[in-house]
Amino acid sequence: MRAGRGPARGGDRAGNRGGSWRGLALQALLLAGLAALAYGAWANAADKLARQGIVAGFGFLERAAGFDLSQSLIPYAAATASYGRACLAGLLNTLLVSGLGIVLASAIGFGLGIARFSPNLILRGIARAYVELFRNVPLLLQLLVWYVAVRVALPEPRDPAAWRDAVFLTQRGLFLPRPDFSDWNALVPGAFGLGLLATLGLARASRRRAARTGRGLPLLGPGLALCLGLPALAWIGLALAGRPVPVAVPLRGPFDIEGGLALQPEFTALLAGLSTYTAAFIAEIVRAGIASVPRGQVEAATALGLSRAKALRLVVLPQALRVILPPLTSQYLTLTKNSSLAVLIGYPDLVHVMMGTVLNQTNQAVEAVTITMAVYLAISLATAAAMNRYNARVVAVGRR
Amino acid sequence: MSVVRAEPVPPSPPPRAVTGPVAWARRNLFSSLGNGLTTLAILLLLAWLVPAALRFLVLDAVWTGESGAACRPEIAGRPVGACWAFVAEKIGYLAYGAYPVPERWRANLFFALTALATGWMLWPGAPRRRLGAAYAFLILPLCAYALLSGAPWLGLATVPTGRWGGLLVTVVVSLVGIVASLPLGILLALGRRSELPVLRLLCTGFIEFWRGVPLITVLFMANVMLPLFLPGDLTVDRLVRPLVGIALFASAYMAEVVRGGLQAVPRGQEEAAAALGLTRPQVLATVVLPQALKVVVPGIVNTMIGLFKDTTLVSIVGISDFIRALEAARADPRWSAPSVPVTAYAFAALVYFAACFAMARYAGFIERRLAAGDRR
Amino acid sequence: MRPDPDAATPAGGARAARGLAAALLAALLLAALLAAAFPATPARAEGLLGEIRARGHLTCGSSPGVAGFGVPDSKGEWRGLDIDFCRALAAAIFDDPGKVRFVPLAAPARFTALQSGEIDVLARNTTWTLARDTSAKLNFPAINFYDGQGFLVRKDRGIAHVEGLDRATICLQQGTTTELNLADWFRTRGLTYKVVAFATAEETGRAYDSGRCDAYSTDKSSLYGERLKMAEPEAHAVLPETISKEPFSPVVRQGDDQWRDIVAWTHYAMLDAEEAGIGQENVEAMRRDALSPDVRRILGLEGKYGEALGLTNDWAYRIIRHVGNYGEAYARNLGDGTPLKIPRGLNALWNKGGLQYGPPIR
Repeated sequence: MRAGRGPARGGDRAGNRGGSWRGLALQALLLAGLAALAYGAWANAADKLARQGIVAGFGFLERAAGFDLSQSLIPYAAATASYGRACLAGLLNTLLVSGLGIVLASAIGFGLGIARFSPNLILRGIARAYVELFRNVPLLLQLLVWYVAVRVALPEPRDPAAWRDAVFLTQRGLFLPRPDFSDWNALVPGAFGLGLLATLGLARASRRRAARTGRGLPLLGPGLALCLGLPALAWIGLALAGRPVPVAVPLRGPFDIEGGLALQPEFTALLAGLSTYTAAFIAEIVRAGIASVPRGQVEAATALGLSRAKALRLVVLPQALRVILPPLTSQYLTLTKNSSLAVLIGYPDLVHVMMGTVLNQTNQAVEAVTITMAVYLAISLATAAAMNRYNARVVAVGRR
Repeated sequence: MSVVRAEPVPPSPPPRAVTGPVAWARRNLFSSLGNGLTTLAILLLLAWLVPAALRFLVLDAVWTGESGAACRPEIAGRPVGACWAFVAEKIGYLAYGAYPVPERWRANLFFALTALATGWMLWPGAPRRRLGAAYAFLILPLCAYALLSGAPWLGLATVPTGRWGGLLVTVVVSLVGIVASLPLGILLALGRRSELPVLRLLCTGFIEFWRGVPLITVLFMANVMLPLFLPGDLTVDRLVRPLVGIALFASAYMAEVVRGGLQAVPRGQEEAAAALGLTRPQVLATVVLPQALKVVVPGIVNTMIGLFKDTTLVSIVGISDFIRALEAARADPRWSAPSVPVTAYAFAALVYFAACFAMARYAGFIERRLAAGDRR
Repeated sequence: MRPDPDAATPAGGARAARGLAAALLAALLLAALLAAAFPATPARAEGLLGEIRARGHLTCGSSPGVAGFGVPDSKGEWRGLDIDFCRALAAAIFDDPGKVRFVPLAAPARFTALQSGEIDVLARNTTWTLARDTSAKLNFPAINFYDGQGFLVRKDRGIAHVEGLDRATICLQQGTTTELNLADWFRTRGLTYKVVAFATAEETGRAYDSGRCDAYSTDKSSLYGERLKMAEPEAHAVLPETISKEPFSPVVRQGDDQWRDIVAWTHYAMLDAEEAGIGQENVEAMRRDALSPDVRRILGLEGKYGEALGLTNDWAYRIIRHVGNYGEAYARNLGDGTPLKIPRGLNALWNKGGLQYGPPIR
């Protein structure tokens, strides 16, 4: 990013000796001008705020909020929560929908990008049509379609689509049974984590062995067994020990389905819209990445007797990934920023909470805007920094 | 023991046909079991989807009608698809918003002038490109302002921006975004490569700031905070506020595109030009920028597509753009019918898709031309 | 193909950069000059009234579309009770109800628009609360409509009272007092509810109509208008209860007492006119041959009350002639002759069982 100032600078200085102080003076003037402008803007704002009697500062974050949120990952009660807590809840909602959106968009996008190289003509055509269609229609319109058109097509809450009285689907959302993983029951997710770690270790060992002997360990079966079997064992163990994991099953209430895990339509529509839209861009990135791998690589892999799938997984994708990753990261960032469109369909994300509600309830416009922008900026810069480090490493590895 | 074969080897069976429709299908659709299954699954899906879409959009659609009643199945007495009659009745509102009817020729003239500028700038073989640039970036904005907002000394009545709406506003916002962001983006890109550390730092910070925040927060900020920063009781028109936000936002993205182009110009070009005795501004204006901009035309068009799609966000801050006009038209109780929302969205999707797809194809065309030029 | 992105700027770049810096600097200086040319606090020798007179028109913040209070009709003309209030102000100042510009404002933007000086007065069904009065340095001169928060529900759900909404989902507009009242009301009664908040009234109403919520909560006066926007207005009903006090008042900035008085007395003049029986129809006749000192004072025939306000003495006469009295404005915009049919209720005159009470003009 920083332009290196190596050899070029010396030559410039020699040829342009008189200019350097002029450069300095110009820069100083530039800074002074900017400072004057910033001061002017600041003075105007301060003057207007003072005339309006608004106390600048972030003290309002500790005041009681008094409004409810339709969804919150942390305990949130209108009576006791502060504006700061509302802000945090909004931020977590943003991170939730962005995180899940990134996973879903990657899955769909990689699938479509790889499908562009399928021997099947019709699959290639469908993948292409998907990309063109979703890329060329504004996300905002797609969100409206998901939230208005798709939601209204679902059954009314009084007459839900049900599966075994445990899963319900209505206009008001998707309702699933929710196991309670508090105190001892946390063993179950713990076991899942353990299984995941063990699988990762296995994969590592397999890779090492493959490097040594050319033949890895079987991964899929044992991995699945570890990841699913261990939690199942923990579940059964708890039940045998006389403390079965309680499962909250959604029930029909007077108005709605209640209890259980409720995926609200605002959340679902936003997630669906973000991931299908971003997937189109990811598919193009993946396609370009795969296309950048020289044909000879595939031919060599085929000559070695690798199947198409194996050639793709072991030869093409690892090389393509180097090209794919930088634009992919920026797509992830774009998705996170695009999640702010939540404000349109009433999903309480950071922008919805801060710029919609808090700003109006407190009149602290400057502070609310600053906090919101600072959060997004921090996310962007942190990701960019991580990406730069990663890139440096990949480039270094590539040179070896 | 004889090692010589007495009779000829039996002929091997002829190779399977490599031409003809059957072979084509086998190669492209049924090359393996998995492929065959995929093909069948997709064909089944299409067999279900395409007729349904066709029925909704064309066969069962209602093309004429006085009110939503024509699109209600219980009144029409048949299954009803898209309610195109709704779009037909509201088309004036969707195109111009509340722009006064007798003055709408001005909006039409503006559309024509914009189309002229677009064609001039984008058609590779167009004559007098420099004049075209001056027209698109200087004359058109001034003319458009006088035309749309009104110029009493020319006998054009003033039309407050509150009455502009629909496609007109969408085009105005996109045009302002592009016209303002391209020169600003070039300046920023040059500044980011500058030798002066302060200038470089300022430009880098500016670019990274706008690229790091969502557009919707920028629009909110422009709406709420811009008036605060201005001196005294100076106020900004409600339409101009998001325009300022969009112009700054787009210029940061444009700057990154232009920077890519600047990096693609070989160093030798500058050095050669400098060796010829050209001054730095001359080198930039006649050697570096023309080459850099030529390379990034696809990138610029892609940024334009993004900008065009992003203009829909102004509807969230209360500007009556195409989407908002559509939503407002949809709220008309006279036209309440079950298929109206889907019709409205289908129409909007078609409009945006046509525009963005055309631009994307254009970018691809230029990209191929450039690649062909490189190969030569 | 792609050169090293970290390539150094070529030799001689400094001069071009300086040229660029100079250009930027020039732009900055121009901007700074502009900023300096407009002093941050303009001289306000004559107060807002003087400014408005000099400008030639009043700027009034209106709602973006609440039926009966402020909504453009099919010709783009603004209509509504709050609109009539602004026209009355313009009539009092300029003797011309047309000399007013309306700036439609969504709820989130309304106070900043007033604070930044973009509008002179905000007449946009805005609730008077202590927090708004003090912390935002605003003034609420006179209550021109007494309202309260209510609920719109589907008739076929069989809900007769608000208590029946326990465990229901409720749609509302974010950033409003509605949001706060609802949380308080349900909490104090130990009832639960689910909320879905939207940025605009438009989206809120549409979400309710499409079945996202069981009830739509906002000020009752708006609910009557919102009901008409539903696909089938007859299928919805406004619940009888009112769960909050929502006194609507025009809003002005603090610090200009004269302007505040003008806004307050414009409303009171319309009330006093109704009480005295002066309307648009009979105002000319009354002015010609009224004997009652009350009427003569209102119409500016006795005393110099208008001049004390900074207006002309016939200020109230102008209001009545151009806009009418409060009762007429109510009937025109909200009454039985309109699709809204909102009963007068608390907004009847004090001597007819309501709360509208105009202090005497004397």
